[in-house]
Amino acid sequence: MEDHAPLEGPGIEEPLDLVKLSLDERIYVKLRGDRELRGKLHAYDGHLNMVLGDVEETITVVDVNEDTMEEVVRTVRRNCEMLFVRGDGVILVSPPSRSA
Amino acid sequence: MLFYSFFKTLVGQQVTVELKNDLAITGLLVSVDQFLNIKLDNIKVVEESRYPHMMAVKNCFIRGSVVRYVQLPAASVDTALLQDAARRERQQQPAGRK
Repeated sequence: MEDHAPLEGPGIEEPLDLVKLSLDERIYVKLRGDRELRGKLHAYDGHLNMVLGDVEETITVVDVNEDTMEEVVRTVRRNCEMLFVRGDGVILVSPPSRSA
Repeated sequence: MLFYSFFKTLVGQQVTVELKNDLAITGLLVSVDQFLNIKLDNIKVVEESRYPHMMAVKNCFIRGSVVRYVQLPAASVDTALLQDAARRERQQQPAGRK
């Protein structure tokens, strides 16, 4: 896997350095509570507090139909121009999937 | 310290704080501290009909740890400055962070 090579440059020593490479790029953030964010990373710190721009939030809700006990998965989408995200809710940070 | 300094620049702005219990409160940012505790004035709960008990509350202190998001006015955020500050913060604190 040659695509690891560029990551071994100077200044890439710890996982957070990979987040640094995503500054000013759109990223995907998975959060607690079945929430996902896609937005442009403007700032972050060691807690993974972040400020994102042009954010789309996707919340996945599972409704259980009382009669049939059927589970219906529903997604709610919201948009926000500028959002501060508290780091304690963050599960993972990644470049967005190409399909998104 | 980055976000503490950042929020200090936003004092006096209208923000919406969304809490981990889904309550969302809009108000004027009065002050912030190192834990990102937040004081808001002239508050309004976003879905007032769902939280009628909050109608009488005019200002509040929010413990930083219960915050999920803070929605910010994009116009008052200098994104270039923020990105520079984020890059610089990483250089200052190399391997071991507190």
